[in-house]
Amino acid sequence: MLEGSSFVPLFDASRQRIRRLWPYAAVSAAFLVAAAVLGWLPVSAAVIGCVGVLLVAVIPSGSDSDSSAPRSRARGEGASLPDAPALLAALPGPSILLDARGVVVLFNSAAAEAFPTLRQGDALSLILRIPELIEAVRTVRSGEASDLVVEYSDRVPVDRWTRASVSAVRSGGAGELEGILLALTDQTELRRAERMRVDFVANASHELRTPLAALLGFIETLQGPAREDTAARGRFLEIMRGQATRMARLVDDLLSLSRIEQKLHVRPVEAVDLVEITKGVLDGLTPLAAERAVVLEPAIPRGSVLVRGDRDELIRVVENLVENGIKYGQSGGRVRVGLQILRSGGRDEAVIAIRDFGPGIAAEHLPRLTERFYRVDAGESRDKGGTGLGLAIVKHILLRHRGRLVVESEPGAGATFSVILERLTGAAVETPAEQVSPERHADVVEPQSTERIAP
Amino acid sequence: MTEHTVKQFDEELNSLSESLAEMGGLAEKLVADAVQSLLDRDLQRAQGVISSDRTVDRLQQYIEERAVLLIAKRQPMAVDLREIVAALRVSNDLERIGDLAKNIAKRVLALEGQLRPPKLAGGVDHMGELVLSQLKEVLDSYARHDAVRAMEVWKRDGDIDAIYTSLFRELLTYMMEDPRNIGPCTHLLFCAKNIERIGDHATNIAETIHYLVTGEALMDERPKQDLTSSTPISFST
Repeated sequence: MLEGSSFVPLFDASRQRIRRLWPYAAVSAAFLVAAAVLGWLPVSAAVIGCVGVLLVAVIPSGSDSDSSAPRSRARGEGASLPDAPALLAALPGPSILLDARGVVVLFNSAAAEAFPTLRQGDALSLILRIPELIEAVRTVRSGEASDLVVEYSDRVPVDRWTRASVSAVRSGGAGELEGILLALTDQTELRRAERMRVDFVANASHELRTPLAALLGFIETLQGPAREDTAARGRFLEIMRGQATRMARLVDDLLSLSRIEQKLHVRPVEAVDLVEITKGVLDGLTPLAAERAVVLEPAIPRGSVLVRGDRDELIRVVENLVENGIKYGQSGGRVRVGLQILRSGGRDEAVIAIRDFGPGIAAEHLPRLTERFYRVDAGESRDKGGTGLGLAIVKHILLRHRGRLVVESEPGAGATFSVILERLTGAAVETPAEQVSPERHADVVEPQSTERIAP
Repeated sequence: MTEHTVKQFDEELNSLSESLAEMGGLAEKLVADAVQSLLDRDLQRAQGVISSDRTVDRLQQYIEERAVLLIAKRQPMAVDLREIVAALRVSNDLERIGDLAKNIAKRVLALEGQLRPPKLAGGVDHMGELVLSQLKEVLDSYARHDAVRAMEVWKRDGDIDAIYTSLFRELLTYMMEDPRNIGPCTHLLFCAKNIERIGDHATNIAETIHYLVTGEALMDERPKQDLTSSTPISFST
């Protein structure tokens, strides 16, 4: 590479010299030949003269190559300037180059990832229906401004804030408008941090007030009327401990919800094994199940089922759902946990279905289960130590994984919570499944469900 | 000569879809802002929604004029004609969506300073999120003429109806608990109804896409889960 680039200017220089000197050389040579023919010079002297003249024309001399050096250097730089696609690819954020009419000419891979519908030759307004951006492009096109910075936010599929800089590309820096460059930077983390504080204070103050009021009431009673009542003191302290534990759990849940929200817009990339995760969670929850006289029935295939995900978060999802099944479906006496692969629309999906046989959930509650602090029966939930955030956490984790939660229930016949994640293709799963439950195929989740999260 | 005419016609059709995409983007923003202003009680944002609705109305008018002109000038047939008819229909739906968003924003102004049961916010938020993703999906499928994706939107409208039904019950209980809640709860009920109606317009657009791509009108009954019109209200409690 280095050899080539140093050779090119040299070669160039000698060619230029030949071009510049050859008329003189030719005239001199012709004169010598004519002199020899006319007999003014001996033929041998004429031949030597010709060769000499031509040599002077061809062999580069120091001063000559110096004079041609600046030109050749400029040329060399021109050849090594990267082209537009390479420049766009090097920009860190999604970047799109439009022509003067607002039609997409070029974009980098970050832009293709952010806007899967992006296509060369389409008008930008067709692909990005962002009013702020369209307005800015229009302003720059009309020449009212040469560059603009706008901020906009998307709400679906996940909250996202973006800052876009829209600048005119002009020939020679000030000539005719040749194109418009859009460079986007993600502001989500910054904005989310601001919002998180507000949300946390709003949620925490409201939800912590109830247990706090109860605690204060008991403390006052213990200080006053029940000061000497040993039997009441024991009972009260037990209730107070329960309330305080609930508060601690609430704070923990709010914090983990905030943490998940903080990175909601970043889809996890590592491959994790759902078989291992599910088995691990079931092992961990066996004592709780035994305590409540619930039998766990796993129907998990051998081998591995890989998805892209965050291990800890997916553990949390399965844990929350199985724990709910044990707590709220206690009367059914068993909780079935199945893991399956379903083919849907040419893609493999991994489905973890958690089925309990308890009282079930009434239809009007199904679509709202994942809202923060939504409780089907507030009293029952509190008695069982629920914070009202368990399913909200599940929803947020799945949202981050671009997965879905499907809840199906018939009052009196229990409920099925299915977690659906896109399976990582290329990873083979050993087919012989461990047939623990004879009704394993009943775990198949039909998409005409009652509740669906994320498109 | 003919080729030139066709090319220009193509350009005219393209510019029509561009205006529609712009209008769709505005409608999406209006809905998002209206719901957000309701949740945050952000009066300034609500004002913004009310004033931007005019742009949506103007765009609708513009699209209608262009479409009528195109039909008169080019006398299009088959898919070209459907393209223009679809543009007319979609722009009508988007204009209505803008109006509904504006109505929510007006109610935010009316609700100012009044008590709001904090638990309800979750339901409205959830509904807003669903309806926005429906709107986004349906506008994406319109831009790409994707009837299959449009049908998915069409089928999913039941989810929004189900939440609306649940919110309706919840609001009723609040109103029965304390008559002072009736004022704000009625406003909230209308806001929820407006969001639900926006969802209905999204399914209308899905039907239009189906017509645009296949040339056939959709005859099936849409899955309905809005049961509020048949929910009995009992005052015995």
